[in-house]
Amino acid sequence: MLFFSFFKTLVDQEVTVELKNDIELKGTLKSVDQFLNLKLDNISCNDTDKYPHLSSVRNMFIRGSTVRYVYLQKNMVDTNLLQDAARREAMSEKK
Amino acid sequence: MSLDAPLDLLKLNLDEKIYVKLRGARELSGILQAFDSHCNIVLSDAIETKYELVDGELKSTERNSEMLFVRGDSVTLITTEE
Repeated sequence: MLFFSFFKTLVDQEVTVELKNDIELKGTLKSVDQFLNLKLDNISCNDTDKYPHLSSVRNMFIRGSTVRYVYLQKNMVDTNLLQDAARREAMSEKK
Repeated sequence: MSLDAPLDLLKLNLDEKIYVKLRGARELSGILQAFDSHCNIVLSDAIETKYELVDGELKSTERNSEMLFVRGDSVTLITTEE
């Protein structure tokens, strides 16, 4: 649940998603669910030469399992809050 | 604080520099900001090194990012630096 909440705080921010097939997409994060599926708006593809079929795509749904990385800016994240949340998550998962 | 479970070790490395090995001949090093039981990770000041064979020669490319989310299913190994 930690990263679901984390991504919810990033809604309406500009992120870059790298997929496992090396496609990189930059866009505004519009929504996220428990599987970390993402909805992106205002997409720009960094290398349209390689993937011309993506140049006209404006918004898309990304299945969470195909994501490799999500590149963020430092100022989007409160690192102290995030570390505390990670500690709490680690505690709560222990039965 | 108990440290019986494997992932408990990661808890000690929050805010410390870690080294992560990934699928597809990739490595990362950076400061651990968050993790969960799927090995989803957030690193700050991350350096990604990607290894490729170009005409039979090993080539590595580096990429820096100030904040990076890594999906856990690509992660194969996590350790501390050195």
